[in-house]
Amino acid sequence: MRRLIKHGSIIDDAWKQIDSNCLAPAHDQICSLEQWQNLADKTGSAVQLEPGQEPASLYAALEKIELLVINFPVFTDGRGFSYARDVREHGYQGELRASGHFIRDQLTYLQRCGFDSFQMADDAYLEQALTSLRDFTEHYQAAIDEPLPLFRRRS
Amino acid sequence: MYVYDQHDQTIIDERVAQFRDQTARFMAGEISDGEFLPLRLQNGLYLQRLAPMLRIAVPYGLMNSSQLRKLASISRTYDKGYVHISTRQNVQLNWPLLEEVPDILAELATVQMHAIQTSGNCIRNTTTDQFAGVASDELEDPRPYCEIIRQWSTLHPEFAFLPRKFKIAVCGSTQDRAAIHYHDIGIELVANESGEIGLKILVGGGLGRTPAIGSVICEWLDKQHLLTYLEAILRVYNQHGRRDNKYKARIKILVKAMGIDAFREMVEKQWSALKDGPSTLTEKEITRARSFFRDPSYLTLDRAKAMSDLEHDCARDPIFANWVTRNTQEHRVPGYRIVTLSLKATGFAPGDITAEQLELLAELSDYYSFGEIRSTHQQNMVLGDVQASALYTLWQRLQAAGLATPNIGYLTDIICCPGGDYCSLANAKSLPIAEAIQTRFDNLDYVYDLGPLELNISGCMNACGHHHVGQIGILGVDKKGQEFYQICLGGSQAKDASVGKILGPSFKQKDVPEVIDRILFTYVTLRQEDENFLDTYRRVGIHPFKERAYAQAD
Ligand code: SF4
Repeated sequence: MRRLIKHGSIIDDAWKQIDSNCLAPAHDQICSLEQWQNLADKTGSAVQLEPGQEPASLYAALEKIELLVINFPVFTDGRGFSYARDVREHGYQGELRASGHFIRDQLTYLQRCGFDSFQMADDAYLEQALTSLRDFTEHYQAAIDEPLPLFRRRS
Repeated sequence: MYVYDQHDQTIIDERVAQFRDQTARFMAGEISDGEFLPLRLQNGLYLQRLAPMLRIAVPYGLMNSSQLRKLASISRTYDKGYVHISTRQNVQLNWPLLEEVPDILAELATVQMHAIQTSGNCIRNTTTDQFAGVASDELEDPRPYCEIIRQWSTLHPEFAFLPRKFKIAVCGSTQDRAAIHYHDIGIELVANESGEIGLKILVGGGLGRTPAIGSVICEWLDKQHLLTYLEAILRVYNQHGRRDNKYKARIKILVKAMGIDAFREMVEKQWSALKDGPSTLTEKEITRARSFFRDPSYLTLDRAKAMSDLEHDCARDPIFANWVTRNTQEHRVPGYRIVTLSLKATGFAPGDITAEQLELLAELSDYYSFGEIRSTHQQNMVLGDVQASALYTLWQRLQAAGLATPNIGYLTDIICCPGGDYCSLANAKSLPIAEAIQTRFDNLDYVYDLGPLELNISGCMNACGHHHVGQIGILGVDKKGQEFYQICLGGSQAKDASVGKILGPSFKQKDVPEVIDRILFTYVTLRQEDENFLDTYRRVGIHPFKERAYAQAD
C-alpha cells in the first residue's frame, strides 16, 4: 500500500491503482475516465482525470463518486487546478486527490483549489511535505478552502 | 498610495519565509533545477548570463520615498549600486547572489514591496498610465482597480501554472498611455450616455513573436463584476490555452484560433457560474480601494499667476525653458506640473539609475511631490505633483544629478531591453545600439525638429524592448552566430495601435545609426508641414524608406 496525505495527516491508501487494460475494474480500483463511463453502477466509484479530460463529463454522477483523482503528469501543467475548483463548485463532496508529479511547493495552492488528499510521486518525504501545507495563513482570493475573499473579511 | 494592513503584511511575510525555505532546500540539493525554476521565477529571480537578476514588483509603477531609499540601500548592500527600470515599470537588480535573495525580499517586505509574480507563467504585475490620478485627460483614476486586481492575482491558487505569462493593463484616460491593446487583458474605464463609468475589456493582445492587437470581448462591464469576469477568462485560458508549444501558448493564440466570438461565448458560459458570487466587488471595497488614491493636500493656486511666474523663470533661462517644454506636462490641478525625469542620458544604459540618484529622488519627492514617485514603461521616472513655482529649483537639482536630459518623447528617449550584455535569451546586444544612436543624434535642435518619436530596441523576439510598437523598432537577430539588426517602421501603442512592418534584410551593428539617419532624412524630406513621423509613414508607406535605407553609397 502506498502512503499519502489526506486531511492533513499521512495514511495508507486503500484504493488500488488504475489499470487501464482491465475491462471490469474491481470495486476498490480507480477507473480511467473511459472505464468509469462504462460502469453500470457508479455508486461508490473512483475515477481519475488526466489533463485534457474536462470534468464536465462527470457532472451528472458527481454525488455517486467517492474518489476523484486528478493526475499531474508534469507539475507545470496547471489544468488540474481549474478542474478541482470546477468540480467542487459543482457540488462534489467526495475525496479529491492530486496524484502524479506535482511538487510539495504546490500543496497550498492545490488545497485551496479543493484537493483534500495528495499522492506524491515519491512518498519518502511526506512528513516534510506536510509542513508546506501550512505555508500561508492568509489569502486574498476566495477559493474552495475559504469561500470569502479577503475584502469581505477584512476587519 | 495603497498602504498594507496586517493582512497584506502577513501574506508578504509568509511569502518571504516560504521562499527562504525553498532556496535553502534548493541549495541543499533537495529541489531539482527544473522544480526550482518556476518557484524562483514567481519570486522574480532569473539566472542570467553573468549573474542572477531579481525583478522587484512596482505595482502599477507607484512608489514612495521610503521605498526608493530602501531600493538604494539594497542596491548598495547586495548589488553594484544601481538598478534598472524595466519596460513594465518594475525595478531590476542585475547582480544579486542567489543565497542573498531571501534577505533582499525580507528587506523589501519591511517597506511593503515584494517580487511576487514578476516572472513565470502566472499573472504578472498589473500596469497602468504613469500619469494616473494627475493627467488632465482622465475619466477616472485607474489605480484603485489596479490594486484590486493586484490583490486578486497575488498568489492566486488556480492560476500559478498557466500555459504562459499573463499581463493585464488598465487605462482611465482619453489617450492610452498603458498600451492596453498589447496586453493579454486590457481594461479601459469608459463612460456611458448617463455618465456612469464602467469597464471595457480587451483580450488577446501581445507582443513577442506574433504581435497581436487585443479584441473587444466585453463592451461594457459593471465594475462590481471585474474579478469574476477576469476569473472566467483566466479559467478558460488555463484549461484551453496550448501547452504543447511555448510559442503558441499565449492567450492571443487561443483567441485567434477560436475566434473572438466563440471565445467570448465560452467565457460568458464560465462567467454565468461565477457572476454575483462572493468575488463580486462590494461598494465598500471599491470605496476602500479609492480611499488610498485621494488627492494629496494640493494648495489652491491661481493658474494664470502660476503660468506667468513660470514664463518669467523660463525667460530668464532658456535651458530651463527648454526642459519645461520637453519634460513637464499639464496637471489637472491649477498651478501644478507633472515632471518626467529622463533616465536616457547618452552614455548610460536606458533605464538605469544609481543609488545616489534614487536617494536624491526620494529627497526631492518628499520636498516637491508629496513623497511619491512613479516609474514609466518608457523607463523613466515621474514626479507627479510639482508646483510650477518650484520647477526652477527642482530643475537645478536634477540638472546637477544628470536627471534633466530634455528628451522625453523624442528620438533619444529610447526604450531598450538589457539585451546581450545581461540577458541569457538575447540574440544580440541592444545597449550599444542605443548608445550609438544617442551619440549620433546629439544635436538637440535636429532631434526636436523630428518631433515626438518612439524608438524601441529588443535584443530578441521576446520583445521586452517593445520593438514592434516603436515608430522605429530595432530587433537583434542572430545570423550564423553574428549579431544583426532588423528594423521595422510604423508601430504604435496608442489607441490607434499598429504593429511595425519590417523594412527588409537586417543590418550590421555598425551600420544601424546610418540607416536610422537615412530613415529620418526620408521622413524630413517627405513630411508635410508639421506632420509627425508616424503620420508621414502611414501616408507614404514603407517604400520610400526602404529605397533610401538600402541605396548604395555613392
Ligand atoms: S527582449 Fe530578449 S534580449 Fe531583451 S531582455 Fe527580453 S529576452 Fe532578453
